Amino acid sequence: MTGGPATPTTDRRAPAPGRAAHGTGPGMSTTARTAAPRAVAAPAALAPRARLLPALAAVYRAQLSRARVARIPLLFVATFQSVGIMILMRGVVDGGTEAHAVVAGSSVLVVAFVALNLLAQYFGQLRAGGGLDHYATLPVPPAAVVLGAAGAYASFTVPGTLVTALVGCVLFQLPLAQLWVLIAVIPLAGAALSGLGAALGLLAPRPELATLLGQLGMSAALLLGVLPPERLPALLVLARDLLPSTYGVEAFARTFAPHPDWAAVLVDLGVCAGVGVVSLTLATWAYRRAAVR
Amino acid sequence: MDRTDPAPAPEGEAVCVVRDLVKTYPATRGRRGAPAVPEVCATDHIDLDVRGGEIFGLLGPNGAGKSTLVRQLTGLMRPDSGSVRLLGHDVVRHPERAARLLAYLGQESTALDELTVSLAAETTARLRGLDAPAARAQRDAVLDELGLGPLASRPLKKLSGGQRRLACFATALVGRRPLLVLDEPTTGMDPVARRAVWAAVDRRRAEEGTTVLLVTHNVIEAETVLDRVAVLEQGRVIACDTPSGLKAHVAHEVRLDLLWRERPPLDVPEVAALRDSAAESGRRWVLRLAPDEARAAVAAVTGGSAFAALDDFTLATPSLEDVYLALGGSGTGLVKT
Ligand SMILES: Nc1ncnc2c1ncn2[C@@H]1O[C@H](COP(=O)(O)OP(=O)(O)OP(=O)(O)O)[C@@H](O)[C@H]1O
Ligand SMILES: [Mg+2]
Repeated sequence: MTGGPATPTTDRRAPAPGRAAHGTGPGMSTTARTAAPRAVAAPAALAPRARLLPALAAVYRAQLSRARVARIPLLFVATFQSVGIMILMRGVVDGGTEAHAVVAGSSVLVVAFVALNLLAQYFGQLRAGGGLDHYATLPVPPAAVVLGAAGAYASFTVPGTLVTALVGCVLFQLPLAQLWVLIAVIPLAGAALSGLGAALGLLAPRPELATLLGQLGMSAALLLGVLPPERLPALLVLARDLLPSTYGVEAFARTFAPHPDWAAVLVDLGVCAGVGVVSLTLATWAYRRAAVR
Repeated sequence: MDRTDPAPAPEGEAVCVVRDLVKTYPATRGRRGAPAVPEVCATDHIDLDVRGGEIFGLLGPNGAGKSTLVRQLTGLMRPDSGSVRLLGHDVVRHPERAARLLAYLGQESTALDELTVSLAAETTARLRGLDAPAARAQRDAVLDELGLGPLASRPLKKLSGGQRRLACFATALVGRRPLLVLDEPTTGMDPVARRAVWAAVDRRRAEEGTTVLLVTHNVIEAETVLDRVAVLEQGRVIACDTPSGLKAHVAHEVRLDLLWRERPPLDVPEVAALRDSAAESGRRWVLRLAPDEARAAVAAVTGGSAFAALDDFTLATPSLEDVYLALGGSGTGLVKT
């Protein structure tokens, strides 16, 4: 079946060297208890645990490769969606801060699509399909599994976010000089959104619900992040303030101003980081809970 | 002490000791479209001792509670009551220690599906605590040992069922553990792959004293590879012995399988008489008889007009399936391939 070299056959019944034949008395007990199991003297040494950082790196690498194999078409979808939204909005907004909000919102939307929506879906399915058992029977810190997956999904958004931001700047004639701020926006918004996605996926009682919640989260990011806040009703503005992606959008949008308010940018990014810490902690707790049923 | 590989248990010493283990799945109330399910006692006061260096099997039909039992031994599921000791460690109180004592191959693995065979093995080795060079070395050694080299760069998802199972088995072997817990490792495998699995298991037992706890519902496999086997039925151990020890209990019987061409020639009086003791399924009759009765029956069906109606027959010494039936098992769900 494998075309590989034939495996040498060993005589199945040959006892291992030095291995005594086990007694085969005819008496059949109704339990598996042997006559007198020798007491175990001292507990055996435990194999070492995987340490956090190497384990995190291994999970990250594996998840990134998974994402590359299976999710590239979805990254295209996410990018086209964002570019399409910007083209649509070009007829509605007329430059200025509204244009900034549209470009920033569309760029962060790519992050929400992958980190929130796809990660919630992934963890929901992994949990339902018994896939968590694999990790749970390895001596790996829960944080390594969650952070590795979250990090990989966040990294995976980088090309789509960059393309969207570039296209947006060209469409709305915005300066490209401040795009470097994406170096901070993508990981911090990514941490907040992927933490949220992972937590939703691991906490949802059923995988369909995890998928649904992830999609709702992304729709919220789309509506509340892309539409300029000045045009939203008061209730939606409140909802917008509660959504972590908003702060990534705001931070990015502010940098398009002629004289960016860097303090406000830092505050927005700080909120992202704070939400990231909280949601990733929650996701790690949820993972621990889901792993032992 | 933290850096040492766990040493194998001394010969014959109990590696896995289970006492009075109970696990009941709660009843679920019926929802729209989903009928109510009564509670299931999947592990019903089970006692078990697995000794060092042993290949110990759990045999039983679908739903007997085999997976539920091993999931409690691996720290994946908390029992309602009872104790599990692995190599001297209390796994009920410290479920996280199980991962440092054993390697587990679950009945289905979706965690690795989208990885390549090589990355799945390497990642698992890293997560089992190996450093990068050691993980790569073990990956190469195990893939080579199992003949998976040519498939190393293919994603598990794109492999056939048996190939995928073999790749998952490879991940259970990287990073040495003194205890392997394998839930139906050879499902879907062809004879070549099966042999690779058993050769790998044997090698570890011979070289490292590895203990293996194996779930199966395949009686042929159980007879050929296991040192001892516990037969499970509805959450209880109904027998536990060596395969030959178990078979000794039904040694006074032989099994006669008759396959008729169209319908049994019931006009032959000897055949009509056999019908009462036969288990019928379609054109097939299975009879469990004392050896002299069986001889007489064979003579009857192979002579005269009955022979014309006979398509095929086999006369066999008892298998574990017969043991299982003699013990009062329901007799459904055990495969013989
Ligand atoms: N998550 C669950 N919730 C409720 N009942 C369950 C659950 N998992 C298993 N059961 C029930 O517990 C019993 C034992 O199931 P288990 O999976 O342990 O059987 P098994 O011996 O491994 O069967 P198989 O050979 O099909 O793998 C069955 O009656 C099954 O329906
Ligand atoms: Mg099972």
